[in-house]
Amino acid sequence: MGKASVKPWLYLLPALVFLSIFMVYPLFDVLVYSVEEGYNSASQTFFGVGLYNYAYVLRDPYFLQALKNTFILVIITVPLSTGIALLISLGLHSIPKFKELFQTIFFLPYVTNTLAVGLVFMILFKKTPYSDGFINLLINFFGGQSVDFIEGPYWAKIFVMSFYTVWVVLPFKILILTSALASVDPVLYKAAKVDGASRGRIFRRITLPMISPMIFYLVITGFIGAFKAYADEVAIFGTNLNAAGMNTIVGFVYDMLYGDSGGYPSYASAAALILFMIVLTITVINLLVSRRTSVNV
Amino acid sequence: MTTFEQIEKKARTKRTALSTVTYILLVLWAIIVLFPFYWMVLTSVKSYSAYNSEYIPKLYTLAPTLQNYRDAFTAVPLAKYFTNTLIFTLATTGIMLVVTVLAAYAFARLKFKGKNLLFTLFLALMMIPNELVIITNFVTITDWNLRNTFLGLILPSVTSVFYIYLLKENFEQVPEELYKAAKIDGTSDLKYLWKVMIPICQPTIVTVVILKVIECWNSYVWPRLITDDAAYFLVSNGIQEIRENGFGRENIPAMMAAVVVISVPLIILFLIFHKKIMAGVSRGGTKGS
Amino acid sequence: MKIRLTHLTKEFPNKNKKAGGFVTAVNDFDFTIPDGKLIGLLGPSGCGKSTLLNMICGLEPPTSGRIFFGEDDVTELPPENRGVGMVFQSYALYPHLTVLQNILFPLENLKGKERLSKDVMNAKAEEAARLVQIDQLMDRKPGELSGGQQQRVAIARALVKRPRVLLLDEPLSNLDARLRLQTREEIRRIQKETGITTVFVTHDQEEAMSISDEIVVMSAGVLQQTGMPQEVYDDPINLFVAMFLGTPAINVFSGQIRDCALYIGEERLLETPGIPDQEVTVGIRPEGFVLDADGPFSMEMDRVEVMGRDTTLICRHPKFRGDTVRAIVPSDTVVKRDSGTVRLTLKPAKVHLFRPDTGERVRY
Repeated sequence: MGKASVKPWLYLLPALVFLSIFMVYPLFDVLVYSVEEGYNSASQTFFGVGLYNYAYVLRDPYFLQALKNTFILVIITVPLSTGIALLISLGLHSIPKFKELFQTIFFLPYVTNTLAVGLVFMILFKKTPYSDGFINLLINFFGGQSVDFIEGPYWAKIFVMSFYTVWVVLPFKILILTSALASVDPVLYKAAKVDGASRGRIFRRITLPMISPMIFYLVITGFIGAFKAYADEVAIFGTNLNAAGMNTIVGFVYDMLYGDSGGYPSYASAAALILFMIVLTITVINLLVSRRTSVNV
Repeated sequence: MTTFEQIEKKARTKRTALSTVTYILLVLWAIIVLFPFYWMVLTSVKSYSAYNSEYIPKLYTLAPTLQNYRDAFTAVPLAKYFTNTLIFTLATTGIMLVVTVLAAYAFARLKFKGKNLLFTLFLALMMIPNELVIITNFVTITDWNLRNTFLGLILPSVTSVFYIYLLKENFEQVPEELYKAAKIDGTSDLKYLWKVMIPICQPTIVTVVILKVIECWNSYVWPRLITDDAAYFLVSNGIQEIRENGFGRENIPAMMAAVVVISVPLIILFLIFHKKIMAGVSRGGTKGS
Repeated sequence: MKIRLTHLTKEFPNKNKKAGGFVTAVNDFDFTIPDGKLIGLLGPSGCGKSTLLNMICGLEPPTSGRIFFGEDDVTELPPENRGVGMVFQSYALYPHLTVLQNILFPLENLKGKERLSKDVMNAKAEEAARLVQIDQLMDRKPGELSGGQQQRVAIARALVKRPRVLLLDEPLSNLDARLRLQTREEIRRIQKETGITTVFVTHDQEEAMSISDEIVVMSAGVLQQTGMPQEVYDDPINLFVAMFLGTPAINVFSGQIRDCALYIGEERLLETPGIPDQEVTVGIRPEGFVLDADGPFSMEMDRVEVMGRDTTLICRHPKFRGDTVRAIVPSDTVVKRDSGTVRLTLKPAKVHLFRPDTGERVRY
């Protein structure tokens, strides 16, 4: 082997080593784990016992709760955040003044530590013996009853979780949609005006189709991101999500792996693979829908 | 004639109304975004007794105090969390940059057998979610006795297929003539990479660094799994620790002081470089884990 | 439809905020475009011709002045109510719509009583497409068409509503040379067939002169001269117009009028009876030179460019403003190449005199 053919591999070596150890090997390993009954006694694998991990996880009430929470979160936050982001981006696109100031403010949550700001949200929403908290002050002002959003009824907790999630994911979506809107050639709007199209028609027939690839991109990544929700929930409800009844699928995986209820990498692997299947299915559906829609436009 | 004027007048009224509604909407969201930051700073300068005596929280304070900040640095090892995060962020970003740039360069410019196949395999890896591999990585790091070490924190996050992809695409846009010219001048590959490619592709490299720094500064899951010794906590874990066992559960002003301290570095960075950061994030695509 | 512009002015706030004030893009523009003609609006980039076009079509309101279509004052009217069609420099085709959908788009925007049935709309689109000969491409997307085809789609879309006025903003500048020639003839044909009053904006004088019934030369927001292309070329009102029209450009020398004759340097070139002695700027068209061993005008010849149809002599002269003088002579003229100095006579009709300070024409 000449010197020339060795050199490229030297450049690639660090990446290859790290990727093999921390991505490729774990990928196969997680499959093995998920069908092995015991972790400490290695290679006791046989088929019947194998699927038991999945069956166990799917019967675990904590997992089912996590599944439910995650699905509710996805169904609420993905359409809501995409819609609000679209509204705000359209607003940003149309104003002549203060555009950059607004853009900068709106992007701020992206660069902040989720755990830290989550704590602020917790304080704003929490009802304690000493104080009902700021949000309840607002609710009372409008004539409502105080609610404990952090340790109170389920719907209230779902509300805080969704609200915070939208707050956290919006900067990215606004940014992507504003740059998508800005990349539409302004001469098209001029042409449409000369062609006599109304504001609404310009939006439906020109703006929306032109930015639809980016909207689909945001919906797909939004689904994937929301299904992997975890840190935002910890930020608001604390580390013990099961106790709060607000665990997510990813939270369940980590709880199975480590912590008070941990030490079960097989269950964790099975849960992680179930999550992967769900995300994969939804992504494929999304892609099919987006392809069909863009063909029809 | 009058009808023309009427049409025009009607359109103008409609436009004004619409832009008023737009501004109201934007200001409303700006308040929702900024209010938590205001609240956190406000609470952090209220004294412990003042805060706890406000059954109805006040939107301002007349007696600001820095005592909470003193507490934040003395009662809990906030400074330690802070330096840990700094070390972790700098080391991870630095090593990752070397690893990804070298790999991207190999894919973009060097010729070797099986390049396309290997690159396709790399791309396939992009679809693997972190949650799948983290289980084994946890076991691996535990087996290597690297729990509660910086090495254990850093090693699994020093490669990113996505950044390799991003850099490779950018490297390929540098005209091949430059490479040939450099070869004729007798420039070595490494020197060419350092002197030509990296300066030309600086915007992408800055993007990658920005994304990685934000990701590192805010990372929570992996550090939580791999550290249980507070001496190795990063800020995210630190804040969780402070919340659950810190100043005593109810010293919220001190907690907020800690939150301000760990949020400030990235916010300052953002305010200085907001144009670059926003351009970088919109080029870089996805939000890091 | 006759278009009448009266005292049309457009000011923009100065982009450089510190300097403040306004930039005048179009200044007191007064002109009437006759019905059914093709007008070439000509001027260098940044002279305000696109702004003028935007005002005619209603995309930008004028600061002052009025616009009439026929007898209607349309100054305050939004574009969709003016009955204009516009072809943009970049065509501005909607990339996600097919050719047919692009052409249908203006028709689908009609509301109320004007709304057409689906069949009528399709028939009209079909007709417009046939007119520009793209009826074979109806199902394609703009991205799948060549530049010339996209251009035709843009014209069809502009024509489908049967506008009273058709506006073309640099429509040929994105095409290659051969296609440009072909398309401009095509535009001429379509205009003749439809008889729609058309304004064609370009910075390319050759383009404007070749197809326009009348040209309008603009500079720095001000109308310079209007007229039939040949008229304007032969009889420019000022130095700007003279220099702007014609390729190669007119040759400009410094000269004097002394004793009722034109001098460049010490050479007495033309009799100019009745003109008082003064400094003048002399413009000589390249085709205004005739090789003549006894001619009064002498220049240092640098080299000869043989173009086939004719021959260009590249010369130098101390009084010339610029580097080299270009003189075009028929190719059958015998040029003595070895000699450094050539002698020439001038064709008086090709020599124009201007005042050095204002650039105004000095007639003789």
